Amino acid sequence: MEEIKKILPNVSSSPHFRSTLTTRREMLDVCIAMLPIVIWGAFHFGPYTLVITICTVATAVAAEYIYEKLMHLPITIGDCSAIVTGMILSMNMPPAIPVWVPMVGAVFAIVVVKQLYGGLGQNFINPAIAARCFLHIAYSGLMNDFSYGSFDNMTSATPLAMIRAGEEVNLWDLFIGNVPGTIGEVSKLCLLIGIVYMIWRNIITPRIPIVYIGTVAIFMFIVGGFDPYYMLIQLMSGAIIFAACFMANDYVTSPVTHQGQILYAIFCGIMTGIIRTWSPTAEGASYSILLGNLLVPILDRISIPKAFGMGGKKK
Amino acid sequence: MGLATFRGGVHTYEGKNLSEYCAIKELEFDGDYIFPMSQGIGAPSKPIVAVGDYVLAGQKIAEPGGFISAVVTSSVSGTVKAIEPRLTTMGSYVQSIVITSDGLFKEVEGIGTERSLDDLTKNDIRNIIKEAGIIGMGGAGFPTHVKLAPKNDDDIDYVIANGSECEPMLTNDHRLMVEEPERVVGGMKVVLSLFPNAKGIIAIENNKQTAIDKIRHLIEGEKNISVVVMRTKYPEGGERQLIYAVTGRKINSKMLPADAGCVVDNVATLAAIYDAVIKSTPIMKKNITITGDAIADPSNVRIRLGVPYGRIVEAIGGYHTTPAKIICGGPMMGMALFDTNVPVVKNSSALCAFVHDEVAESVGTHCVRCGRCVDACPIFLIPPIMSKEVEKGNLDKFVELNGMECIECGTCSYICPAKRPLTQLFKQAKKEVQAINRAKQAAEKAKADAEKAAADKKD
Ligand code: SF4
Ligand code: SF4
Repeated sequence: MEEIKKILPNVSSSPHFRSTLTTRREMLDVCIAMLPIVIWGAFHFGPYTLVITICTVATAVAAEYIYEKLMHLPITIGDCSAIVTGMILSMNMPPAIPVWVPMVGAVFAIVVVKQLYGGLGQNFINPAIAARCFLHIAYSGLMNDFSYGSFDNMTSATPLAMIRAGEEVNLWDLFIGNVPGTIGEVSKLCLLIGIVYMIWRNIITPRIPIVYIGTVAIFMFIVGGFDPYYMLIQLMSGAIIFAACFMANDYVTSPVTHQGQILYAIFCGIMTGIIRTWSPTAEGASYSILLGNLLVPILDRISIPKAFGMGGKKK
Repeated sequence: MGLATFRGGVHTYEGKNLSEYCAIKELEFDGDYIFPMSQGIGAPSKPIVAVGDYVLAGQKIAEPGGFISAVVTSSVSGTVKAIEPRLTTMGSYVQSIVITSDGLFKEVEGIGTERSLDDLTKNDIRNIIKEAGIIGMGGAGFPTHVKLAPKNDDDIDYVIANGSECEPMLTNDHRLMVEEPERVVGGMKVVLSLFPNAKGIIAIENNKQTAIDKIRHLIEGEKNISVVVMRTKYPEGGERQLIYAVTGRKINSKMLPADAGCVVDNVATLAAIYDAVIKSTPIMKKNITITGDAIADPSNVRIRLGVPYGRIVEAIGGYHTTPAKIICGGPMMGMALFDTNVPVVKNSSALCAFVHDEVAESVGTHCVRCGRCVDACPIFLIPPIMSKEVEKGNLDKFVELNGMECIECGTCSYICPAKRPLTQLFKQAKKEVQAINRAKQAAEKAKADAEKAAADKKD
């Protein structure tokens, strides 16, 4: 007894248990979920894509470290969120991009979009998507060049461009990823494996991806004159599935309330449809999610649920 | 049949295997027993003995100090040594009666006399329960006689026995249901006799199969009592969650269970009611669990109220490693103790001692807005937004976000991957809001009084 009294036990307010889950664990799981598309990218486009991924991730982590060091902030690279940002950004690159382009993007994503707003959790738009859009504007030529390896310039037209030109596209090729496009977006199969992994590991709820894809599907079905083939082609080309799996449901930049998440996903879906159908840029998904990000504070505010037992009648 | 449950919650680490199979051991101690005048919710009780008096076990030593307040009885025979402030489990000094036991445990005459329900009126029963000093034994410690006196007895449709024991580590309610189910069912019958239209439900989580079997066996043939099996999930035993899981009815912080036609009592409380009404024994003993990875021999024990925790730990073999944290109650809602020389009181349920303090070992970071706490909150609150407002000092916003509905269950803090002290912030905010409201009320009352006085003068 005397012993115990001398060594004061810790005192803190309840609860005294914590789950073993950490931010780092979540982020690592997201990285694992991206491995199938990374591997498919290297297999399909050639090993150069691995160079892109590794350099982008390394730049993102280094940018975070150096910024925090210079600003005398706690070093947070341990939470692995910079790795996720770097990976997502690299998956957004055309397969033959000069490696300095995504590296510039990574610095932009980490320093301008994430750190200047206070780091992980404080940024209001998704760093990787913002960087993708930034690169699209700054280096649009490079970002729209989808030629790679043995393919000649003719076939390097992305499915989206082909559809616009009225060409036939093979659905199966679209699904497994046997088409040109950015490194990560081409294989829908690998994306699905990734998202199933994340759902199984309880990293994400399928709410946002399902509502987002559903909204785009309905939109395209109507716009396409109720043609299921047109709808499927639209869904499986470009970055829609990629966006649904790894960009729209980014924790930090999507609403936390259930209702808010649904509204957000519907909004992003409709915007994607509108941009896809009526604007000259092919990249509806990224822009629509950026717009969605901006709405998040409002969506959260208007969708606070009724607390348990509130509004009920006294019996 | 599906399992009864509620939306939200978490499946925490259970840790019940440490003491689940340890039969309840009866322990007796000599020396000083401490009886705080405040045990649980309500006004402090008033001592009716003086220093130097000789008291018997089962003798009333303090009476209620208000409507919501309870009788205190001595659990031992001996001499009143002091009436002074003593440290309690709540971490503060509370006026307490200290009795030095003479080691004889001589009881007041009549204790243990068997009584039949048929000979007692409802008033008798309520009086017996009041005089026995029974309060809610599971949690907040609300005086039971007040709970059992709703506005209209006919409006009560359900009497729910809370046998969920959803806190991790705790096993004393489980052992009670396994070893002495007749006390629980007996108590249920007493309470049911007060409410002509009520059905009795004994609600147990599905991780306590032996308890479910025992109670089912015992109530075979009883038309009015049934067992409801609930999913093992924290906080299944929270009053609002329990009522919803069992009846589908919802109450909020401003309502009482009786507003939804329910009376909820912990199984240990029912056992105490049985003892008091049928066996003429006021509450003197209590089952508690002593567990945790720092305890040499985790146990369930029955001890007399008023004995300091430290002595119980000593008696069952002490710590095998110096604990980093000692908790009175369960790990999710219990109080951390800095001194174990505090007495067991009526609503005590456990002492947990851990080698590691998970809280001190985890560092909080920024919220990543993962929404896990939102999914898990049993009250459907939005902890990330609430905590931001509290940190900014926006208490009005906190109230607007239904912060006052928070049941302080700890689920959000438990689940948060960023290890944010959410529950802790909400507790603090609730306290502050309550203080502000009290001050406002006092100011209004003072103003009204002044106006009244002025008006009176004019007349
Ligand atoms: S402590 Fe409050 S906010 Fe947190 S989960 Fe429990 S009720 Fe919800
Ligand atoms: S669980 Fe923690 S990190 Fe996730 S939303 Fe809630 S407070 Fe934020």
